[in-house]
Amino acid sequence: MDVPEDMPLLWVLRDVLSLTGTKFGCGMAQCGACTVHIGDGPVRSCVLPVSAVGDRAVTTIEGLSAGAVHPVQQAWIDEDVVQCGYCQPGQVMAAAALLKAKAQPTDADIDAALSANLCRCGTYQRIRAAVHRAAGQTGGRS
Amino acid sequence: MRTAAGLTALALALGAAARNQAAPKADTGSGLAAFETVRKVFQHPRCQNCHIPGDAPLQFDDGRTHGQNVKRGPDGQGAAGLPCATCHQSRNPPASYGANMPPGAPNWHLPPARTPMVFIALTPGQLCATIKDPARTGGKDLPAMLDHVANDQLVGWGWDPGAGRAPVPVPRAELTAAFRTWMDAGAPCPTR
Repeated sequence: MDVPEDMPLLWVLRDVLSLTGTKFGCGMAQCGACTVHIGDGPVRSCVLPVSAVGDRAVTTIEGLSAGAVHPVQQAWIDEDVVQCGYCQPGQVMAAAALLKAKAQPTDADIDAALSANLCRCGTYQRIRAAVHRAAGQTGGRS
Repeated sequence: MRTAAGLTALALALGAAARNQAAPKADTGSGLAAFETVRKVFQHPRCQNCHIPGDAPLQFDDGRTHGQNVKRGPDGQGAAGLPCATCHQSRNPPASYGANMPPGAPNWHLPPARTPMVFIALTPGQLCATIKDPARTGGKDLPAMLDHVANDQLVGWGWDPGAGRAPVPVPRAELTAAFRTWMDAGAPCPTR
């Protein structure tokens, strides 16, 4: 790619590679809409210069699974989480990162990991339930 | 013979005492003055915002609670699924990104929960006791603390905090010299 080295990764994904699943929200790592994975960890792509990625693997919402069958995506469907949907790619990527780090999260774990992903539709309760469902847990609804 | 041996031992002891006196340590007064420089830096927002007693780091010069419900996590690297590195990369974002972007430095983290190395809201005497206690500094003794002050890259971020943040007001070389002076004076602690 022939892009400026300080171009945010988000711009590269959306404007250069046409991977528009990852969203622009605040542009300063405040909302989580732009969350992708680098390695297994979540990263806010709006504040990461593409040159800082190096040769590390980047996973976007498009690459999380083939056919949207990742357990988190399926749980999102089963719990009917989405309203407007704008923040949801970031929410799903954050949830997937949480489950990689902690396979059986508590409500407190979910709150700590996902509080930095804002949803103006207020789907937080269903997000929490969907994370529990993706983890194979029951009783997560509150 | 016994008397001669005793005199020799006495002479050796006096000689050792004389050598100690020939290389006097810095006096307590200069040590305490140097510690005030150390305290001024350690309790600057760039340092104390992460040296906190609770589980939530602080941010900005007014030390407000970090946004996004950010947590220390057990190892100081953030909560499971929301590590510090989610937003804090290994260097500051380019200046073209604007002010108050998440800053960056290598190994961005807080002290671990078991040894939080609290700097904030302590009296000078309490801060001094904390720095001298390896149980509260993650096992660092004073030479290790001096190395931390002088060479740690994350500590160094305090002098290059990125757009929109005040750097530590004391040059790093001055801080390092003050820490060494304080150590050499026997690391005296203020009484208050």
